[in-house]
Amino acid sequence: MISTLLSGDYPRSRVLTASLAVVLIVLALTPFLFSGAQAINTAAKICVFIVLVASYDLLLGYTGIVSFAHTMFYGIGGYGVGLALYGWGATWGAGFAGLALALLAGTALALLIGLFSLRVRAIFFAMITLAVASAFAILASQLSDITGGEDGRSFRVPELLRPGTRLMESTILGTAITGRVVAYYIVFVASLLLFLGALRVVNSPFGRVLQAIRENDFRAEALGFRTVYYRTLANCLAAGMAVFAGALNSLWLRYTGPDTTLSFAIMLDILLMVVIGGMGTMYGAVFGATIFILAQNYLQKLMGLGAKATEALPLLPHLLHPDRWLLWLGVLFVLSVYYFPTGIVGRLRQRRP
Amino acid sequence: MTDASPPIPALEPIPRVKRDVLPLLLVPAIALAALPLIGSPTTWVTLTIAALAMGMMIFVISSGLTLVFGLMDVLNFGHGAFIAVGAYLALTVLAPLSGWMQADHLGLNLAALLVAVTAAMIGTGALGWAFERVIIKPVYGQHLKQILITTGGLIVAEQLIHVFWGGDQKAIALPKGLRGAIVVGDVALEKYRLLAVAVGLLVFAAMMLVLNRTRIGLLIRAGVENSEMVEALGYRIRRLFVGVFVAGSALAGLGGTMWALYRETLTASIGGEVIVLVFIVIIIGGLGSVGGCFLGSVLVAMLANYTGYIAPKIALASNILLMVAILMWRPQGLFPVARR
Repeated sequence: MISTLLSGDYPRSRVLTASLAVVLIVLALTPFLFSGAQAINTAAKICVFIVLVASYDLLLGYTGIVSFAHTMFYGIGGYGVGLALYGWGATWGAGFAGLALALLAGTALALLIGLFSLRVRAIFFAMITLAVASAFAILASQLSDITGGEDGRSFRVPELLRPGTRLMESTILGTAITGRVVAYYIVFVASLLLFLGALRVVNSPFGRVLQAIRENDFRAEALGFRTVYYRTLANCLAAGMAVFAGALNSLWLRYTGPDTTLSFAIMLDILLMVVIGGMGTMYGAVFGATIFILAQNYLQKLMGLGAKATEALPLLPHLLHPDRWLLWLGVLFVLSVYYFPTGIVGRLRQRRP
Repeated sequence: MTDASPPIPALEPIPRVKRDVLPLLLVPAIALAALPLIGSPTTWVTLTIAALAMGMMIFVISSGLTLVFGLMDVLNFGHGAFIAVGAYLALTVLAPLSGWMQADHLGLNLAALLVAVTAAMIGTGALGWAFERVIIKPVYGQHLKQILITTGGLIVAEQLIHVFWGGDQKAIALPKGLRGAIVVGDVALEKYRLLAVAVGLLVFAAMMLVLNRTRIGLLIRAGVENSEMVEALGYRIRRLFVGVFVAGSALAGLGGTMWALYRETLTASIGGEVIVLVFIVIIIGGLGSVGGCFLGSVLVAMLANYTGYIAPKIALASNILLMVAILMWRPQGLFPVARR
């Protein structure tokens, strides 16, 4: 049963298994374990980013192509659901129609970019996706009549998911079952399913071909696999998953805008998460996303303390200023590409149980 | 061992390199196609001059990047950092020189700019050297890691700019003698744009001269075509590469300074804004080709300026379309480099 669920790809390390179980249980029970909006918001963000990072890992870690357009697909998902709920009213039908349109648009765009740039040369792909993504971000903020421009759009979600909705009078473990809890579980279950689906993909024969292409594309081609076809399909799959992640995110936030979906900063975050967690290991996505998002909240506080402690010294307080947390993660990123190319998961797996 | 050696055949003349002029015709074609859409000829001239100025700046920035790629197959996503650092260095140097900048004497104005540009180029050249040593050297030949590492370097460099110069937007003023425009008939020609065109042409001419008329240039061109062969002949291609990388970084510093003066404002993300255009340029020019890079810069800048006037909302998208169209026509870029 578990073997089927995980597609036969076990964590293969005791520490790893234990930490994964902890993450899963905590995420599953967050509404009941913690009180307050902060914890549940963080948990939902972790769920969404696990899907997003896993889909990016499919490209970067398994197929070996670097895309800078992943946030574009994330944004298409967010805008698809958001604008549908905003324009067509807060019904389930509108939400699903928006999701379907976003999926269609996202995969079609991924297909176009893939056929176009992967056919020419794989190294073009990074540059072309960067150009296309920045054009898309500018377009989204320019067409303010439709997208709300820089301000984005706040919208209403279906009745069942609103914070004011109470499903039952009594409380469970001291937590009232509101629409927010239902929304959280939709996000959680969808993320879990998508993650298991990604695990299925990378452990299928198709996934093996992707890994072969990553290791040596010339040889894979010589063995009779059409690399362009496989790379493009991987690109479309990753884009589709990113669309789902974006849809879940905007459903949770009840808002969609350029800063939460399209900005280049998010793209860099995804890159950091994949590399720190471990490229080419789906479980790395779980670690990368969890650690990064916790660090985002936690590291900044720590750095604030550090900056206060070193106030008298020159330059150091500037380096430790809470806004400079990305500097330290950038350094960590460079170091981990050099020294731990397989990330946390790869390190843990080296020490066999 | 026969005495009768075969008769030496008469030497065939070396076949001449065919001149590929078709891409060059794109420039007048686009310019003429834009004329009826814009309507007024004076606006058209102003826009064309602006496009040329912008094109020259993009060329100065991207020429180094395309050579670095051609020579060593290194794709440097951190190039944007050099643009920003160059501009900030120039800003720092210009601050104590404000007396010269405000003077009525054009010579003093230009001297101040020269000092600032020299400082920026030395600074970014040194930074480029360090970047090559620390960041890029360990990952030669691995494209994936190169992209990741140089992106990481870009993040760190951008954050360090915040640390040293602060994150707020800075104003960087043009010297007094270069503000305003020269009016010829109905057409207003902005002085700074003319200067930018002149500088760009100068850099292009110098580069062409070095590449085509000197020994170093010969080695660089040979290295772009087939680096292993150059190594086999006993030249240290790595040293050559470091030299090109440093020169390319210094040019990015020059371009960054020019760009910041053109915009007259400066933020740490200036590199990111330009680098997208730079990538489009080196793709449509053909990776590794300086001539293609020059032509690509002019094309991209022209299209950006014309569409910026005719339909501002699709200005950047138009460049993507240009790239798509050109790659459909020539998948390796306008002037593909032989081996690749």
